[in-house]
Amino acid sequence: MDFLQTLKIALRALRTNKMRSFLTMLGIIIGIAAVIAMMAVGSGARHVISQQISSIGSNIILVLPGSTTSGGLRTGTGGAQTLTSDDVKAIMAECPSVETAAPSTRSSALLVYGNMNWSTVVMGTTPELFTIREWGVVAGRSMEQQDVDSAAKVCLLGQTVAENLFGSSDPVGKIIRIKKIPFTVVGLLDRKGQSPQGQDQDDAVFVPLRTAQRNLVRTQTPNMVGAVMVKARNEELLGKAEAEIKSLLDQRHRITNGKEPDYSTRNLSEILAVAEQSSRAMSLLLGAVASISLIVGGIGIMNIMLVSVTERTREIGIRMAIGARRNDILLQFLTEAVLLTMIGGITGIILGAVGATVVSSLLSWPTLISVESVSIAFIFSAAVGIFFGFYPARKAASLNPIDALRYE
Amino acid sequence: MSDVIALTDIRRVFIMGDQQFAALKGVTFSVSPGEFVAIMGASGSGKSTCMNILGCLDLPTSGRYLLDGVDVGGLPGDKLAEIRNRRLGFVFQGFNLLARTAAVENVELPLIYAGVPARERRTRALAALEMVGLAGKENNHPSQLSGGQQQRVAIARALVNEPAVILADEPTGNLDSSTSEEIMGLFTTLNRQGITIIMVTHEPDVAAYAGRRITFRDGLIIGDTN
Ligand SMILES: Nc1ncnc2c1ncn2[C@@H]1O[C@H](COP(=O)(O)OP(=O)(O)O)[C@@H](O)[C@H]1O
Ligand SMILES: [Mg+2]
Repeated sequence: MDFLQTLKIALRALRTNKMRSFLTMLGIIIGIAAVIAMMAVGSGARHVISQQISSIGSNIILVLPGSTTSGGLRTGTGGAQTLTSDDVKAIMAECPSVETAAPSTRSSALLVYGNMNWSTVVMGTTPELFTIREWGVVAGRSMEQQDVDSAAKVCLLGQTVAENLFGSSDPVGKIIRIKKIPFTVVGLLDRKGQSPQGQDQDDAVFVPLRTAQRNLVRTQTPNMVGAVMVKARNEELLGKAEAEIKSLLDQRHRITNGKEPDYSTRNLSEILAVAEQSSRAMSLLLGAVASISLIVGGIGIMNIMLVSVTERTREIGIRMAIGARRNDILLQFLTEAVLLTMIGGITGIILGAVGATVVSSLLSWPTLISVESVSIAFIFSAAVGIFFGFYPARKAASLNPIDALRYE
Repeated sequence: MSDVIALTDIRRVFIMGDQQFAALKGVTFSVSPGEFVAIMGASGSGKSTCMNILGCLDLPTSGRYLLDGVDVGGLPGDKLAEIRNRRLGFVFQGFNLLARTAAVENVELPLIYAGVPARERRTRALAALEMVGLAGKENNHPSQLSGGQQQRVAIARALVNEPAVILADEPTGNLDSSTSEEIMGLFTTLNRQGITIIMVTHEPDVAAYAGRRITFRDGLIIGDTN
């Protein structure tokens, strides 16, 4: 018997019991939808995380002024100014696991160019920041050590700032006013996109640290810094670098046993690892839902196919009396089971894709439904059909023609 | 001319738990090509059991069955299926059509299993339906046909693959007498075209259509008259 005919017979059998067929498929639909959603959410999360890692720079530790609570949250919101340029120099000089460190101060200011103005964040920093963050310029030049040493009134613009002050014209060489002080724009930074916290990292202007300390930030002492970004030599040394920084700062700030430190450190890789872990946990959960519902769905299919074989015993007998071979019968019922799971599978794939698209658009993630995941889901649903459909099909095929014909 | 069917000392013993029941106790007869045989006998005398063996639906406990000179006894299942498909046509008392399936598709079934291409299948099925007088009813489902018409569909199905023998177990058992006459007329026509027919009945007027009558009693043949 040709396959087309087998397919036709199977389709007709499924159509005869539409509601039953649909209910039987439901387990597979849910299972496959979960598989698709799981893979899409998982790879979307991984994509976002790896993007964030590369946008921040790798192997980074943040040192912030103010103390921490036991939960690791900073309580002093920049109120305490406890870190100085000297601390940064000491970290660079005395911590062997540290590759480099970049201090920064942060304030907000109104920027004016001609009749355009834009309120943004002004970061005072050193050239190391751009190394650590792997952040280059698309026009002009980056910050140089000399700019810091001489407290030059130069600045680098983030893309968002440049767009709002200059539109599409070239800002390099122009003079803008930051808090009414004239600064020469020496470079335009590359686009960086959103930070892990969802801030626009391109909405900022960067000036030399000392220039900021002297002219823009009101500080108790002249060499205060707001935060320090430290880069470890490599990923393995991240933890060691953090420990070195802590013991150095404890010593410098005279933090003895039991005393609350006046600074805190945050390891960005750890934060991202937590994010990655929770996305993996979500994937695992969906995977569990998927496999359970595929198994339950498969058992449901086996059950319905057994019922169907019993109901159609007479039909099987007629077909055998007319010349159907055992394999024809086996294939007929197997095709029916596989058709059930594959229709369920395709429905599940569509449903999962819609679900994943909704989830990722809510989280503003990219939707990553790969050909790979769709084909895995497809193969899986067919495999469930074959696995759970085989026993009932074999039962049908092994019926004795006479007994089947006599069946009431 | 050699026999289409030759049964030699066929026995069929049913085993039910620790009980045994011999439904056929040594049946011997042969049928020549083109014969029209009626098998008669009381209920429970073993007629159906014998027909099932003739139809390769059941195997005898002992004895030899030659179909077209081939010993059916040692053949594998698929080979028996092929014989049922190509050499034999069945007509049952209860019609045994597939429900919710158009008449023409019911008739096409044997051709599907014979691997006949779709187009040829349809032409042959329609021709068979025309032959049994059901032209124009090809798209009716069994539930939309009368008993006599359903039996005609079954006969069309039995003869569509041009079998050597048609086996009919009480084909008129569920039909009224005038419909029975129509069906018997059809069998007679087919027999005149050269098809061998073996038919079970316990109605003497139905058996009268046949050229030969074999009578069963308690699993044995007690009469064989022309
Ligand atoms: N599968 C079976 N198992 C046990 N006994 C059977 C079976 N088939 C038929 N018989 C018995 O064999 C005898 C002959 O049955 P059957 O050939 O159907 O008679 P009939 O001549 O009425 O067609 C009956 O007594 C019946 O009960
Ligand atoms: Mg009978």
